[in-house]
This record gives sequence, structure tokens and C-alpha cells, in this order.
Amino acid sequence: MNKEQIKTSIIQQIRIIAPDLEYDDIPSDENLQNALEIDSYDFLHLLTALYEQLGVQVPEVDYGKVDTLNRMAEYFAERIKLN
Amino acid sequence: MSEFLMPSLGADMKSAILMQWKVKVGDRVTKGQVIAEIETSKGVIEIEVFQDGIIEKILVEPETECNVGTPLALIRSDSDEENITVSSVTAEQAQTEAIPLAPLEKATPDRYQDTTPPQRIKASPAARKKARELGLDLADLAKTSEGEIHLSQIESVAKTELKTPSADKMRQAIASAMSLSNAEIPHYYLSASVNMSPALSWLEEINKNLTIKARILPAAMIIRAVVLALEAVPELNGYWQEGYHQVCKEIHPGIAIALRKKGVITPALLGAKDMNLSQTMQALDDLIMRTRAGKLRGAELTQQSITITNLGDLGVENVYGVIYPPQVALIGLGKIIDTPWVQENKVIVQKVMKATLAGDHRATDGRTGALFLDKFNRILQNPKELL
Repeated sequence: MNKEQIKTSIIQQIRIIAPDLEYDDIPSDENLQNALEIDSYDFLHLLTALYEQLGVQVPEVDYGKVDTLNRMAEYFAERIKLN
Repeated sequence: MSEFLMPSLGADMKSAILMQWKVKVGDRVTKGQVIAEIETSKGVIEIEVFQDGIIEKILVEPETECNVGTPLALIRSDSDEENITVSSVTAEQAQTEAIPLAPLEKATPDRYQDTTPPQRIKASPAARKKARELGLDLADLAKTSEGEIHLSQIESVAKTELKTPSADKMRQAIASAMSLSNAEIPHYYLSASVNMSPALSWLEEINKNLTIKARILPAAMIIRAVVLALEAVPELNGYWQEGYHQVCKEIHPGIAIALRKKGVITPALLGAKDMNLSQTMQALDDLIMRTRAGKLRGAELTQQSITITNLGDLGVENVYGVIYPPQVALIGLGKIIDTPWVQENKVIVQKVMKATLAGDHRATDGRTGALFLDKFNRILQNPKELL
């Protein structure tokens, strides 16, 4: 799975978790929680769903590394390679 | 025999649509069982029965709009020789929760005046559904059209008319409760800086050993701390009703949950006192999910004994809340911020959160509020107590 595919997966999951989002485009380099107004609860659900789909758990200490769409996709891409 | 009535889930609620029966004639029901779903401005709510018995008769068909207090079903109780109608208790229970919010002219339920359900209007199911989504009143349409109303009519009306979606109704509901609060409740405000570093590192250690699914959010830990502090200072957990302060034995914190563009609901986390930390997290998770899916129960909208508002996710530092009557306090929580902190004569960086208490000065004094914030702070400095 490459970075772009992972990005698509992330966007899909965001849309499932927050179906009422009005954004057509999810910004790639903005802080996801701020840009989309998703709270810590939504964020945890997003990471849980991605874990189930991609098999990678993001520990809390790494939350700073997955704060934007791009960085989140990179984070998962690197770890999927390692697995 | 007793009547099962359309409950009042807040003084702003005048009517609701009975959506679905979960029971049929002849079914045995027990106290607390969900027997129907109704649609209100707060979404679809499951409503419970307040007695044991058998469903004798169903009086209202699904998809009918009924005023509060309208008999929806007859229930035969096990001891039916008694002449006391259990439903009047039900109605009273529903009303005592809500009445303090009600404007003065409507102090008693009007079940004896206007209990006939509005006449059912002929409309196709699709048209009915669409009309409800758009907040259109079928009765208005029926006046100008003959025979059954079809989907196309609804759609053409929707294009021309200003719609009144349920978000507007929710706005109205919040507006009336908050106006009343500001007019009647003499608020006092207290605020304290809480060093969250000890509790957050403690939680991080716990979360390390948990799978992502069982992970506990700081929000749940903070709710747990509020509940423990309320056990020590119970005066803030209760109601001001008819000139008297009533302390509530159970702790049912109303958690402010944002529906993003569609307003905010503060359903109760029922029985929070009896939950440990991980149970609090599970219950919170379940409550947020059902709130956003529009699947709350009646009790969750009427039993709140205090409100907790956490606006930290949006960067707010101090929350000066408006108490939701008849409650007597609201706890506001801000963002957890890296802050210079003096400890043992050294300045170190710690994660600090501002906790604010809005109290009803009729029910409690600043000292009570101060005791609460102090206890809350001390619990978070010794997080093992939170488990």
C-alpha cells in the first residue's frame, strides 16, 4: 500500500466518523483536528478504525507525528513497510 | 389500568412524533424498559415505561405527532384493583424534571385540554419522511392540496419555502433554557489552575498497556475526577426547585456533546458514581456515539444533575458556563496548555488546565465551590484514586 492509497483510506475513515463534515477537500497539511473540528474522541475513533484496517497502532506519544493528513499517511506508510 | 403518556423531555418540548413501537399488545413490560421511539428536536429518543405490567392497548399509530401528555398506550398493571393510575406518576415524574424550565403560564401539563392527537394527514411514506427531514408541516400542505400528498409536492414546496430544520428547534430550546437561567439564577464563578502532568503521565502509562480500542481519553479521566469530587462535595450535584435546594443522591453528569454544525446536547452519563475509570470511558464512548447518531433515551435527557462542558479541544482556556436549570452548577474545562509552573522553588513546564465552576448562589456559596475545586485538584494530583 503506498502513501496515496493510505491517504484515501484515511479520508474514507474520516468521512465515516464525521459524515456531517461539509468539506469537499480535506486539507493535507493542516492540523486535522483544528481544520475539521473533530474532537479527541473522533480522533481516537479514526486511529482505531485505521488500526483495524492497516494493522498499525499509533501510541499516544506519537500523536504529534500524525497531526496532519500528510504526516498521518507517511506515518502509516513507513510502519506498513516495516511489518 | 393506566395510561402511558407522551413524556416531556424538557420544558421546550410541546409535542413529538411517535416513530415506532418496540412492543405490541399483550407484551409484558418491566419498569425502565424502552417501549417506543419518538422524534423530537433533539433527535430520535427511546422512551421508557415507569411500571411493570402488560400492554393492554396501543392508542397511537406510528408516525403520529402527539402533544406532551397524550395517552399513547394502556398498560394493565399487576395490581390493577388499585384505582391509582401509575401513569399520573409517570407524567409527574416527567414534569417535575421539566417544569422549572417552563414559562410560568404553563405550570401544569395540559393533558386534559388538548390531548387529541392531531388528525392524521394522508401522505405517502416517502413524502412524510422528506417533509420530516426538511422540517415541513404536512398540515400546512394539506390545506392547499387535495388527496394524498406525494413526494414531488414536498420537493417543490421545499424549493420555494423557507425551511425550519430541527437545528432551529434546538436553537429555540437552548435559547429558552438559557434565558431563564440568566434571568433567574444568580451565578457565581470560581476558577482554578490544575496541574495535569501527574494525571496525564499516569494515564499514558495505563494506556501503554491497553489496545487502542480500550484506550482511555483524558476527557473520561477528568469526568471521573469530577464525579469523585462531587462525592466529597455533593451540594453541587442537584437541583433548585420551588425555592428549595435538593441534593441528588445519584450522580448523572450531563456531558456537553457538540453536534458540530447542529448545536449541542448535554445527555446524562447515568449512574456515573458506580463506574470505575474504564467503565466511565466505555459509557462516555457509548453516549457520544448515540448522541451523534440521534439515539438517546428519555432518562438521559431529563436526569442530568450537573453539567460538564469541555471546550479544550477548541483551544478555549476558561469556560464561564451558564447553568442549565434546575441544576445548580456547571463545570467548565479548558485546554490543557504547557505552562511555566513553580515547584519546589524551581520553574518547570507542566501541563495545566483551567477548571471553572459556575454555581447557583441560591443553592450554594463560594466556599462550597472552592471546596469542590480543591478536591478536584487534589484527586488529579494523586491519580491512583481515579481507577
